[in-house]
Amino acid sequence: MCGIAGIFNLDGAPIDQESLWRMIGMLAHRGPDSAGVHVEDSVGLAHSRLSIIDLARGQQPMCNEDSSLWITFNGEIFNYVELRDELVQKGHRFATRSDTEVILHLYEEKGEDCVRYLNGQWAFAIWDNRHRRLFLSRDRLGVRPLFFTQTNKAFIFGSEIKAIFALPDVPREIDVNGLDEVFTYWCTIPPTTLFRNISELPPGHSMTVDAGGVTFRQYWDCQFESTPAVVEPGQEQAYADELLELLINATQIRLRSDVPVGAHLSGGLDSTVIATLAKRFTSTPLRTFSVTFDDAELDESSFQREVVHFLGTDHQELHCSKNQIGEVFPDVIWHTEKPVLRTAPAPMYLLSRLVRNSGYKVVVTGEGADEVLGGYDIFKETKIRRFWESQPDSALRPLLLRRLYPYLRNLQNLPDAYRKAFFHINVDSNLQPFFSHIPRWELTSKLKMFFSGATRAAITGDDGYSNIRSRLPTSYLSWDSFCQAQYLETKYLLPGYILSSQGDRMAMAHSVEGRFPFLDHRVVEFASRLSSRLKMKVLNEKYLLKRSAAGLVPPSVAKRHKQPYRAPEACSFLQPAARDYVEALLSPEQIARDGIFDARLVVKLLEKFCKGAAIGVKDNLALVGIISTQLLMHQFINHFESRASSLVAA
Amino acid sequence: MLLHDELRKFVTDSFMFGELYDGFSDGDSFLEQGIIDSTAVLELIAFLEERYAIKLQDRDLIPDNLDSVNGLARFVESRLQSH
Repeated sequence: MCGIAGIFNLDGAPIDQESLWRMIGMLAHRGPDSAGVHVEDSVGLAHSRLSIIDLARGQQPMCNEDSSLWITFNGEIFNYVELRDELVQKGHRFATRSDTEVILHLYEEKGEDCVRYLNGQWAFAIWDNRHRRLFLSRDRLGVRPLFFTQTNKAFIFGSEIKAIFALPDVPREIDVNGLDEVFTYWCTIPPTTLFRNISELPPGHSMTVDAGGVTFRQYWDCQFESTPAVVEPGQEQAYADELLELLINATQIRLRSDVPVGAHLSGGLDSTVIATLAKRFTSTPLRTFSVTFDDAELDESSFQREVVHFLGTDHQELHCSKNQIGEVFPDVIWHTEKPVLRTAPAPMYLLSRLVRNSGYKVVVTGEGADEVLGGYDIFKETKIRRFWESQPDSALRPLLLRRLYPYLRNLQNLPDAYRKAFFHINVDSNLQPFFSHIPRWELTSKLKMFFSGATRAAITGDDGYSNIRSRLPTSYLSWDSFCQAQYLETKYLLPGYILSSQGDRMAMAHSVEGRFPFLDHRVVEFASRLSSRLKMKVLNEKYLLKRSAAGLVPPSVAKRHKQPYRAPEACSFLQPAARDYVEALLSPEQIARDGIFDARLVVKLLEKFCKGAAIGVKDNLALVGIISTQLLMHQFINHFESRASSLVAA
Repeated sequence: MLLHDELRKFVTDSFMFGELYDGFSDGDSFLEQGIIDSTAVLELIAFLEERYAIKLQDRDLIPDNLDSVNGLARFVESRLQSH
């Protein structure tokens, strides 16, 4: 796990090594063990290394035998052992035991199709000197990040945007369309980012850059079945067994490492399954890590301790307070590089610090199970709303929503018009493809009322969710609502928020690599072929996984209902550690200077919180979104040089 | 402050953050204007119960009572008079 960066001077000008070092200096947190650059005429590659495999010989940038190919690579190829054996049989000679070198030889063998053979999480760039072209690729699900920009003279890329901004010629401006996307979908939609002229390579894509220009190629997408096979009850166990076999192998190959591998434990089913499987293949006691909270509604420590006792792991807890969330939030946003609407990344930032301070560089986690195997409440809500929609006048059907939202105690007595409006039962036909996500997107879009007039005027438009609509696969409309919801979650929120703002960025802030067996593409492809009913039986989420895990995990964990991971929200910003910077960033003067939000409205919102009158989801999302955006303005637009120069000097 | 003014101020401060839509009137439906959502209803009920020391029953939760400034004012007045 590492940081990568590079420059390709399209005008043929020689590379300034100092620029490369400045870029990679911004990514030292991703790879503190060593750093290197390779310069060849008009191309420069840079790398900061977190040593995990072949500690002695895995330095990068790395070349093949005749130096015609050079690579800078962030990630892990988990099937590198098998690929290496096949390549050796074909006559390839290896100088190291690293997975990095496997990519180079596979590229020699398969060209740009090499990525189809990889099982892993990656972002890399290969300079192909024979063809004078740069080949870049990103893994299928978007575990590892890759950003780029193009000026008149150069193509520039990096694991994080701050590496690109390290070059003084690259302008730093907020892209209000990226902001508009975050305040709709909770994330940007690649290639858009929060910054103008900075693009993100979408997951499952590769690109080539040469004298002829830039070419993109999608090599993978999450695809569901229009008519999935009907599974009789007697066949379910066979599917559960197949899933378990896949998960066992996915976990086993994710333990390939020359440093010890730990595990996150949330107390839920997914991380418990992964920790259980990891323990099978670990000779020393498995080291596990978890987050706990004061608030009983959020805290899962009793389940965590039960799993620790059951598995006998060597466990450490990180107790996270509201004040700590407020304290680290500016650093969290420095790493997310985009606004967030929840504080949930902050405890993950603190947890990865604990992991690293405990001497661990690698953890396996249960990330991805909810998207792939149907765990989220949004899937349940979609089923209930569809069930209700088929008989819209039913008084009983909407009451199922109380299972998801216990605070709706008066749901049965709310006026019918309210109920239908709040849960978007009468969705327009042109919005039907987004039936599952309309309630979330419509609610989030209301936060744009805080945008200033200038911001609203500058947004060029995403009418009818056109940014996503235009990218839907042709078969999308033939899938059922459940699969459509899974696609939207897996394709956008997973890479755009869960794996990035809450995942890679928080872990790598402290040089920790996350590995996700549920996101092995074989598991994802297996699950996408399944009938929705096998993933969620009536309203029993992750039904097939529960069958697979029966007997493996404590029964109480297998039976418990999914508890969404949440952290203390906007109240964290009223704590002593946050008060000063919140006051400064949200002062009417600063809001007016930055120009993104309407100062008058923001003052009212803050007043509402200070009076203790803000209890709604929308107010919480708004305050977290506004503070994180103002922090981005402060750190990336107004005062970037001061933080950048201290990092580069270090 | 008059009851209408107080209720309007609460709705605009709490749900619209002081920003009155052009042409917004006391008869406008909160639902149709997109002003209110499921958590806002709870906020509204909590405000009415605390500010006017009244208790809302399930039967009170109908649009006639809750969906406009005029409706709120009528409802609160009738409850205060019946005390």
